[in-house]
Amino acid sequence: MSNTLNLTLNIWRQDGPNGPGRFETYKAPGIPEDASFLEMLDLVNEELIAQGKVPVEFPHDCREGICGSCGVMINGQAHGPERGTATCQLHMRKFSDGDTIDVEPWRAAAFPVIRDLVVDRSPLDAIIEAGGYISAPTGTAQDANETPIPKEVADSAMDAAACIGCGACVAACPNSAAQLFTAAKVWHLNSLPQGQPERYRRAQNMVETMELFFGSCTNHGECSEACPKEISQDFIAYLNRDHMKAKFFNRKLASQR
Amino acid sequence: MLPDARIPAGPMAEKWDNHKFDMKLVNPANKRRFKIIVVGSGLAGSSAAATFGELGYQVEVFTFHDSPRRAHSIAAQGGINAAKNYRNDGDSVHRLFYDTVKGGDYRAREANVHRLAQVSVNIIDQMAAQGVPFAREYGGLLDNRSFGGAQVSRTFYARGQTGQQLLLGAYQQMMRQVHLGKVKLHTKKEMLDVVVKDGEACGIVTRDLVSGQVEAHSGHAVVLATGGYGNVFYLSTNAMACNVTAAWRAHRKGAYFANPCYTQIHPTCIPASDEFQSKLTLMSESLRNDGRIWVPRNPDETRSADQIPEADRYYFLEEKYPAFGNLVPRDVASRNAKTVVDQGLGVGPLKNGVYLDFVDAINRDSAEVIEEKYGNLLQMYERITGEDPYKTPMRIYPATHYTMGGLWVDYNLMTTIPGLYAAGEANFSDHGANRLGASALMQGLADGYFVLPYTIGDYLAPRLQKKLVDPSDEVFTQAVAGVQDQTARFIGIGGTRSPDHFHRELGKLVWDYIGMARNATGLEKAISEIKALKDEFWADLRVLGTADSLNSSLEKAGRIADFFELAELMARDALDRRESCGGHFREESQTEDGEALRDDENFAHVSAWEWNGSDQPQTKHAEQLVFDEVHLTQRSYK
Repeated sequence: MSNTLNLTLNIWRQDGPNGPGRFETYKAPGIPEDASFLEMLDLVNEELIAQGKVPVEFPHDCREGICGSCGVMINGQAHGPERGTATCQLHMRKFSDGDTIDVEPWRAAAFPVIRDLVVDRSPLDAIIEAGGYISAPTGTAQDANETPIPKEVADSAMDAAACIGCGACVAACPNSAAQLFTAAKVWHLNSLPQGQPERYRRAQNMVETMELFFGSCTNHGECSEACPKEISQDFIAYLNRDHMKAKFFNRKLASQR
Repeated sequence: MLPDARIPAGPMAEKWDNHKFDMKLVNPANKRRFKIIVVGSGLAGSSAAATFGELGYQVEVFTFHDSPRRAHSIAAQGGINAAKNYRNDGDSVHRLFYDTVKGGDYRAREANVHRLAQVSVNIIDQMAAQGVPFAREYGGLLDNRSFGGAQVSRTFYARGQTGQQLLLGAYQQMMRQVHLGKVKLHTKKEMLDVVVKDGEACGIVTRDLVSGQVEAHSGHAVVLATGGYGNVFYLSTNAMACNVTAAWRAHRKGAYFANPCYTQIHPTCIPASDEFQSKLTLMSESLRNDGRIWVPRNPDETRSADQIPEADRYYFLEEKYPAFGNLVPRDVASRNAKTVVDQGLGVGPLKNGVYLDFVDAINRDSAEVIEEKYGNLLQMYERITGEDPYKTPMRIYPATHYTMGGLWVDYNLMTTIPGLYAAGEANFSDHGANRLGASALMQGLADGYFVLPYTIGDYLAPRLQKKLVDPSDEVFTQAVAGVQDQTARFIGIGGTRSPDHFHRELGKLVWDYIGMARNATGLEKAISEIKALKDEFWADLRVLGTADSLNSSLEKAGRIADFFELAELMARDALDRRESCGGHFREESQTEDGEALRDDENFAHVSAWEWNGSDQPQTKHAEQLVFDEVHLTQRSYK
């Protein structure tokens, strides 16, 4: 049996997108330090149900840091205090007995609250839909080894592709910008030989869609700090470069000027 | 009566090609007249939806997640098999086929497995073309690693996130079709019934998880790509929301459920630490490439792992299985871990694990090389346990991971309900009684990219004049009312125990009696205890909140209700199968040295169960398995 903590939680409760929200305070005694943050919320919910109170809705699924479902603001920090860690992999041993913890949903105009700690992140899918793919219909592919890709290129693409789409970058950004999310996908695809034909239209379309929902990037760098996969802010520079080039070289636009 | 499995005639290597030619086609202009419903957005669902869209069908995709990218395929770590023979180490389509049939302990359908091995090579090409950042050599060509149950290196990977990268590839390809207007995406909608009219699937009923709205959707064909049922064990490596509901509701509507007792217990997971634990975390099988598995020889060992000299360590897999060593198939590795832990040799505070040790690999290759190969896995381990696996051996123990059983399908992946298909883990077809590592990703993508797009046309072609059934039709209104009634019933019980309470209790029963080792007495006990707990569930469940808003307790209640019925069928199937094979180990049927002992004379068949209503047990139908190519032997990895 592990050591236990006695905690006080201020949890954001909100019945729906249009309802008013409020913090409610719950005592959470006897929380094992080996529990994950989400298992701590499970224990709080079990207690609420036992008392006949409606449990707290919070986003979660795989609980191993890869699906990107989970994510709450913990004491004002997206995914909490541990670097490179999604909420589900944050364990209570990182907290101390007697702590008070504020738990809030992601805060961004593009992510309206659905209920309690759950928000709607569908604008991220809209960005992918705008160009976050390589057009390679099933059946058209050549042998995979026909296109050698230098290991450094593949590794760098993978560093960007590791994004789990949790939205912490947006939640951490003072402008609620989604540059890091967008840049990660753009760089993953634009750095690879397969991604070259659609390179500039991809950058342009994804940025334009992004700007329909999200704020502007002013290089605070909070996004990379909050990212559970520690995706580098450098990718935003690559995104800006490709987006700028797209503006200059977009052949479709050239004929319309 | 079990329908014909429609396995094509002819030599094994030509069956699929001949079948593709023999199937009817829908001409390009007519494809847009058909609407296909795809439920689930994992590898099988996304890849099928994307490809249907490219072909020109109208597609509607349903997922209960907030985004298709959250589907649990994302969590697969180690890799995907393909018979590319890029290593020049003797691999071939035939060898992958052979390994898979043997690894499944001769309980899979040969023709399906051969097709899987054939299309495996196309999958790698397809995914590379989509920009999946597979691991590469310095020369720019694709790298491989080894997995259990094979003596060749045929596993392609993207660090420890292969499932993530493949799923994102398929998801992106599907989002392209969404952009083009070919695929309509419905998120946060859970399928709660299949609708059948005149003996053919004509649509589904969903509940909107945000508004609570129960809706009818009609289609010319329905594809279920809804994953496996490992969460019946409560503690498993599955994501929290994984469930059997879509497949089970289809079963209740007439689709046969095959081999439910074939469940895979994965050998390398982080051992459970406490009652509050909500899930178990997998550590990829790929770790067995470089990690060595051992326990101290002395049950009263008190020294820390690094202080125990070589002579006092029991490398039980390497000693018992010198040919395959730490890379024996999953069922064998799991059972051996259980054996040593049962002998009191377990390690860790609860003595419920075995060591997976990287010291030799680090000394041989350096910590940097190990970090590059497995860094994210080792980091994940450190986060969860608070221990550093570069210094202290990891502690691992088997946990439920995958379910080979699922909806019975014919060679075309159609269930016993015409027009209803099952793909990926949701069907039973390719892995027999045990799945080899890195084969789930292969099967999900094979079904979605290269099988269903061909076979579904064969069903649709003669139905060109068939109109969509109107959602106001009686079959739909009845199904909608059924779902609404059940929802109201859960909220109306007003008992004292949460859904999680019942799920946890059910999981304990299933793990104790239908887990890694099973016997007749235990299984009979399981059946009666599951029934008793189910009655308690329906009398004492407490679901708070309302039906017209996001309510995860309500969602869970519906899933757990189906797990109860499934668990009972698993026990009955396990009881009926009086042999050991793969992941199904009956203590009454073992060889002298404790290996699984098959009974080919009586059990070389698929057990497909037919629903007979809630008040009486299912009827079993047997599909005899015929082995033309692979010679049935006692599996040996020694």
